[in-house]
Amino acid sequence: MTTITRRQLLQGAAVAGVAAATAAPATAEASAESEARGRQPGDLGLLYDSTLCIGCRACVTKCKQANELPVDALTINGAPYDAPNDLNATTKTVIQVATQGDRFAFVKRQCMQCLDPACVSACMIKAYQKGPGGVITYDQSRCLGDRYCQIACPFNVPKFQWSKAIPVMVKCEMCRHRKEGPACSEVCPRQAVISGKVTDLMAEARRRQAASPGKYLARIYGETEAGGTQCLYLSAADVPFETLGLPKLDATTQPHLSTSIQHGLYNKMIAPVALYAAIGFAVWKNTRGGEDEEKKP
Amino acid sequence: MSHATATPVGGKLTTPFFNLMALVALVGAVALVVRFGQGLGAASGMTDGYAWGIWIAIDVVVGTALGCGGYAMALMVYVANRGKYHPLVRPALLTGALGYSFAALSIVVDVGRYWGMWKIPTYVSWWNFDSALLEVALCVMTYVMVIWIEFSPSVLERWRASGTPGQRTFAESAGPKLDKALPWIIALGILLPTMHQSSLGTVMMLPYSKMHPLWFSPILPLLFLVNCLFLGYAAVIGETTVSTSGFGRRSDPRLLGSLAPVMGWLILFFLALRFGNLAMRGSLPAAFAANKYAAWFWLENLLLLVPGIVLLGKNARERASTQFGAAFAIMAGGVLYRFNTYILAYDPGPGWSYFPSVLEILVTAGFVAAQVMIYLFVVRRFPVLTSATPAPSR
Amino acid sequence: MDRDALRISNLTGAAAAIASGVGRRDFLKICSLAAAAVGLPVSAAEKMAARAALPKKPSVIWLQFQECTGCTESLLRTSHPGAGELILDLISLDYHETLMAAAGHQAEKSLTEAIKENDGKFVLVVEGAIPVKDNGNFCRIGDRTALDMLKDVASHAGAIIAIGSCASWGGIPSADPNPTGASSAGDILKGKTVVTIPGCPANPYNLLGVVLQYATFGTLPELDAKARPKFAYSRVIHDDCPRRAHFDAGRFAQRYGDEGSRQGWCLYKMGCKGPRTHANCSLLHFGEVVGAWPIGIGAQCFGCTEKELAFRVPMFQTVEPEQLGPPGMYPSVNAKHGDVSPVATGIAGVAIGAAIGAGIVMSRKLGQQPPEKDGGEEK
Repeated sequence: MTTITRRQLLQGAAVAGVAAATAAPATAEASAESEARGRQPGDLGLLYDSTLCIGCRACVTKCKQANELPVDALTINGAPYDAPNDLNATTKTVIQVATQGDRFAFVKRQCMQCLDPACVSACMIKAYQKGPGGVITYDQSRCLGDRYCQIACPFNVPKFQWSKAIPVMVKCEMCRHRKEGPACSEVCPRQAVISGKVTDLMAEARRRQAASPGKYLARIYGETEAGGTQCLYLSAADVPFETLGLPKLDATTQPHLSTSIQHGLYNKMIAPVALYAAIGFAVWKNTRGGEDEEKKP
Repeated sequence: MSHATATPVGGKLTTPFFNLMALVALVGAVALVVRFGQGLGAASGMTDGYAWGIWIAIDVVVGTALGCGGYAMALMVYVANRGKYHPLVRPALLTGALGYSFAALSIVVDVGRYWGMWKIPTYVSWWNFDSALLEVALCVMTYVMVIWIEFSPSVLERWRASGTPGQRTFAESAGPKLDKALPWIIALGILLPTMHQSSLGTVMMLPYSKMHPLWFSPILPLLFLVNCLFLGYAAVIGETTVSTSGFGRRSDPRLLGSLAPVMGWLILFFLALRFGNLAMRGSLPAAFAANKYAAWFWLENLLLLVPGIVLLGKNARERASTQFGAAFAIMAGGVLYRFNTYILAYDPGPGWSYFPSVLEILVTAGFVAAQVMIYLFVVRRFPVLTSATPAPSR
Repeated sequence: MDRDALRISNLTGAAAAIASGVGRRDFLKICSLAAAAVGLPVSAAEKMAARAALPKKPSVIWLQFQECTGCTESLLRTSHPGAGELILDLISLDYHETLMAAAGHQAEKSLTEAIKENDGKFVLVVEGAIPVKDNGNFCRIGDRTALDMLKDVASHAGAIIAIGSCASWGGIPSADPNPTGASSAGDILKGKTVVTIPGCPANPYNLLGVVLQYATFGTLPELDAKARPKFAYSRVIHDDCPRRAHFDAGRFAQRYGDEGSRQGWCLYKMGCKGPRTHANCSLLHFGEVVGAWPIGIGAQCFGCTEKELAFRVPMFQTVEPEQLGPPGMYPSVNAKHGDVSPVATGIAGVAIGAAIGAGIVMSRKLGQQPPEKDGGEEK
């Protein structure tokens, strides 16, 4: 009757630990092929030019109208205003202002339509999925309202309906229900936000940069951030993207760490089954024979 | 070999302490009515910035870890074959079963569309294997069933000895079948926590761009696994000490004391992993910044390191007060580590802060009280606790 | 008409009032209305009447060059005071080519005499741009170039006011390619203070405000960097536009006659220059007809007061609003959210404190127990 000594147990734990620690990078390459979606030719997105935006918020109003979203009621001096100050369960896009002394610049926030979205990776039963045109779609019939997508998103985009008894998650889906396409770009009076194929938007962004040397930051935000997004941003040369509230992110996709561990450890359930067999064997060995009665739980 | 057998504690259930717990549980139940009637926004302090609060961070993440006594003891008794710990297994399983059951209940309370939860284990084609949360959900759902089955011999024993005729018949027929399957059920009860406790660490790897470097780590799953092990042992020491003392029984501190070095080494291993990885990633300087993050970081680690070292010493083997004090501090440190990983280390951006609302706290407190109540009920009626020397009835 | 007829305008105020069939009380009323209309204090009315009652009313000489006479025409359509009251009761309009009865040599003589009698005291109003190319040959009056005439008359003036965009900054004659070299009065009269009242046409009340203030108090109003009176030109149309609420709410007309246009929505998207145009058209309507200004009739403002906009920027091209900054309530990228409940903090503190306390008590209690002595079971 072999017993496993304490030493063996601790050794095993150490080995398992090292194995787990090294499994992640080793399997990262393995899962790299499966995870990298990259840019597809049909991807749709938005280009937002902070230097043209005048903060009129026509896009915010039209978005609410097009998506049948209620107002964010705010009363100022007794007068009612629709004044959202951030994305929330009733606001799919918002304009905010960033001030540096006398200098101010506007920024439009909405779902970035990431190439490798954290929300899609997070959702247990695929309520968020990347759909036609690369637009991230929401299926409320699957959603559990656990808000992991809200936790996962590097841009804090998906918002939960805290005040509803039957809540859903709310975020921009590029007006996929509208045949005219995104409402925000349709109504903008300054072409500060335009919509279309990402390849065209990227070209337009480069064209604007070339046409006005020194006006813009050389970087197009969203080109590589979080592995690349379909919504792109241009900013004035003296307004860094972080000032606009856009998070500083490197080119790695948000889900890559978590996914590579999940795939590495649970790939085809080989490791768990093997572990189960090993544990089961040990337990069976240790509980058979005369010591049964005393060992039983 | 062991001569101790488990016996029901007996005695009056509705002691003043039990009644106090009942009151807290009742208040919690009322708070639950508000949650289900008016929605999560009205009942909790969770906001768009902090979409997860104590119902996840405490009830689930900490609650399941403190319930890892069953897992930890199963490893010790059935894999490492340390039969002398056998008396500790049943209470650990009971605590674990309650912890996990109420964690599952807390999830139902926390998610916004709870009526769809049955779809998770059934709609296999919907499963997203990239999601660590899927793994946690499936594993926890399974483990709740497994751990109650692991605990069921205690119930069957009682039914066989002094149950109604129906219960006796059932126990007599189900008993042997259960015995045969038990090794594989126990093995499952070891496999499943290994999987989901580490996945609870993986869950917080997804939002890594919003995580503070002192808590985020590429080896979060391993850290959470080691953490749940020593928390499990600490919980066993804590709960065994409290219940035997509370019921006027005597316990042999040397039994619990022999767990001490295991915990001590586990803690040192945990800290070595944590600090080693921090240094490897170049994030160690953050521990010396003059801000609240560094302060909480050191508090967590000291609450583990100091008692961890104490547990490696002689006192811990023999003195119940040392064991308990150390276990208590370790629970505080281990709990803090998990809570901080989910709440403190998570930074959604400027302008957001989180503190649980009154109702949120009442629900959590109510759940804890309910677990205490059920624990007391079960140990009084079913053979769960053992004692080295028979206790005077109380 | 002979010279004597001209002198009727030099009768004393009371006499003139009686002559025009208006009593003293009504005359005071006229002055009050005039003072109010141009933003002068209430006390000005009395002073104005007193000044007008003096044997000599303030003299105004009005020169017209490259202009369409639109500014004069709009002046004729005021009613507080009306042109009649203005010319007959409040000022002495000694030279105005369009309005004076005289012509030819008689007109010239009026000019010369008026200058001689009021040397250094008269108000010179300039309407129209002044061409400078070809030695100013593109505009000649009475065999003098506009350039010479202006320089000459201005050298004797007490105050100089350029009325209308043409005189203020060049106006339509100065539009590209500006073949005549049309220039503003200020460009010609460098070194002198030339109050500019741009607009196409200028709002006549802006002129009246300046003239009456000078006539009554001898002072000029506060001027901005472009010598425009601040009481009329310190704000942009956008700031006082009746359609501003539509701009703020994002409701824009997209083309003439569409739904938005019919609803009276903001015309910004159609190229309204209101956000960059300094003027008070939305507050003081032309000719007292309510809504008688471009935006009021549904046409986008084209920035007629602004040299950079009018006749330069295309009609339908949008401009960036000139703004000091977004309002304080505008959502910031670092907006604050939410508050922590003190009650919750209290309860949490109590709960945690109780748990820690219980732990300590337990620990102490255990410490008081004697260590276990009998043999237990172990391996």
